[in-house]
Amino acid sequence: MATEAVARKRSAGHRLADLFHGRPRLQVGALLAGPIGWLVIGYLGSLAVLLIAAFWTVDPLSGEIVRGLSIENFETLFNEPVYRDIIGRTVRIAAQVTLTDAVLAFPIAFYMAKLASRRGKAILIVAVLLPLWSSYLVKVYSWRTMLSTDGVLNWALAPFGLHGPGFGDTAVWLVMSYLWLPYMILPIYAGLERIPDSLISASEDLGASPFTTFRRVILPLVFPAVVAGSIFTFSLTLGDYITPRLVSNDQFIGNVVFNNIVNNLPFASALALVPIVVMIAYLLVARKLGAFEHI
Amino acid sequence: MTQDAHPLRTAWLVVAGLLAFMLLLAGCGSSDNNTTGKELTKVGKGEGQLNLISWVGYVEPEWAKPFEQKTGCKVNNKVAGTSDEMIQLMRTGQYDGVSASGNASGRLVDGGDVDPVNVSLVPNYKTVFSDLKNQPYNTFDGVHYGIPHGRGANLLMWNTNDVKPAPTSWDVILDPKKATQYKGKISAYDDPIYIADAAVYLKAHQPELGIENPYELNEEQFEAAVNLLKEQRPFVGEYWSEAAKQISAFTNGDDQVGTTWQYQYFELKGEGEPVAASPASQGFLPSEGATGWSDTWMISSEAKNPNCMYMWMDWIVSPKVNAEVAELFGEAPAQSLACEQTAEKNFCAKYHAENPGFWKRVYYWETPVSDCGNGSSDCKDYNDWVQAWTSIKG
Repeated sequence: MATEAVARKRSAGHRLADLFHGRPRLQVGALLAGPIGWLVIGYLGSLAVLLIAAFWTVDPLSGEIVRGLSIENFETLFNEPVYRDIIGRTVRIAAQVTLTDAVLAFPIAFYMAKLASRRGKAILIVAVLLPLWSSYLVKVYSWRTMLSTDGVLNWALAPFGLHGPGFGDTAVWLVMSYLWLPYMILPIYAGLERIPDSLISASEDLGASPFTTFRRVILPLVFPAVVAGSIFTFSLTLGDYITPRLVSNDQFIGNVVFNNIVNNLPFASALALVPIVVMIAYLLVARKLGAFEHI
Repeated sequence: MTQDAHPLRTAWLVVAGLLAFMLLLAGCGSSDNNTTGKELTKVGKGEGQLNLISWVGYVEPEWAKPFEQKTGCKVNNKVAGTSDEMIQLMRTGQYDGVSASGNASGRLVDGGDVDPVNVSLVPNYKTVFSDLKNQPYNTFDGVHYGIPHGRGANLLMWNTNDVKPAPTSWDVILDPKKATQYKGKISAYDDPIYIADAAVYLKAHQPELGIENPYELNEEQFEAAVNLLKEQRPFVGEYWSEAAKQISAFTNGDDQVGTTWQYQYFELKGEGEPVAASPASQGFLPSEGATGWSDTWMISSEAKNPNCMYMWMDWIVSPKVNAEVAELFGEAPAQSLACEQTAEKNFCAKYHAENPGFWKRVYYWETPVSDCGNGSSDCKDYNDWVQAWTSIKG
């Protein structure tokens, strides 16, 4: 009897194997069911809920959420100048951070990809990744200490009769540029790696100056990688709200969302849609620029 | 493989179908079931642990450890920085209780996030100061919703090296003519409830506005308070919401004067920083009075450890512990018998614990509601306060 049971069990396993045998679509389906389910329900689903909640309102008397269809939240967003200021500031600083990181990252990535020895390359990659191993909060608090009135930056600048930027827009820009730099270096490095050295040599052989080589050969080839990196730096800045809180009095979109979550979830949802719309626009432009052609 | 001709189209159909399903779910939503009257009738054996949300300095090892030894309830404490954060955490349903201030307690009761408290199961409640019982922030429709923790006023604190002479009024940070002297060095609390601080100031300095209660402001009064804070905005060095942020701002010279809690004041003093606050001779209050708090321990409607929570509520107002809490934090105890247990003999006298008249000048945090008792429901509600706060900070 025992052997019979084992045989039956074995045959159940076999039957399952038989089911998948010669059916590639079923194989792929079983493999992807989990991840796709997660993506659609956990990710797109929550976005859909966010979108719907943005049309709800809060009853001013009871404080309860009215599940209707109202554009009141969006009217507030467009009519109150303070929200335009906040959205404008968030997008502006995200753009500044992206530009700064692109300019800073390129020489480092170029050295890593084209000039450094194997060992130098390994050391540089570790150096770029190292800051990612420490906590985000520790890094921001360190910057807060450095930028404070009695901080090391003012101390170092004092002999020259200068002082640091203090807390504010500039501080947010500095800290964010520091935080997201690795996310720009790595894609550019990967992009530069893919450019054969022979192309650069050919350009030189044909008499192009280093600048022309950079402008006509390297930049067009690596540009999609820069755009890919910029998606990280831009979206990460757009969504942050802790750095602005710790090194400035500025409000970012995220801060206002955070402040409204408890009392006015629908308004917080409406505001949370703004970065999504901005990112969609950004991605469409990035696609036009060819950022996704090699993916 | 003709059957695979349109994999993309199939994928889109699946996504669209699931999205529609999610929309359906979201549309139905879950309606809030306000369960009330679910009072405990008997405190049984402890569940072995207790998950609390509290203000910084409220749950310290000095009295949490002995509680654990006595009851076997391991205390897991989560410190929250603002009342909004407390409400948000309570709504996760993962906590047993919270030390709620008046600007949270009403909202927690309305939202069905907390249960009534059967005060007969908290023996030490009997001897709590009577002017802390049956208050609008802890008793709703005659039902008790918590146990008073203690009370105090928000402080005006300054750096004695930079701010001279010692200020006796909030005008040092709220009157633009005086505040300009400390431009970029003023510290303000980063919360909509800070509008009430401006209202307390206006109540004294612009009596024609007719402000009675700083949490019940009509259009005109509210506008005046908001405008005052907009004028203050350029002088503010930092808005603080976490105690740690303000401590670092005063330590590093970023801020020199502003509103604070006892916790930060004593921490900074402990670090040897040259800070001062309104002295006992002025009753710890600037001339206008001050906003303050009278906090309440409340039990979650989803508490998984109700027995431990009841034991905690009794423990925190037991005479010896409440004296310890009050002295460490620097506030008036809620327990009348605590006054005999304080290490400093005249502690209760110093903090006016037994003097109800003193507290008339302290305006405990409340949740602003539109129906503010004058019958016409024309007061600004908390939602308006939140929106105004966003526009003040800009």
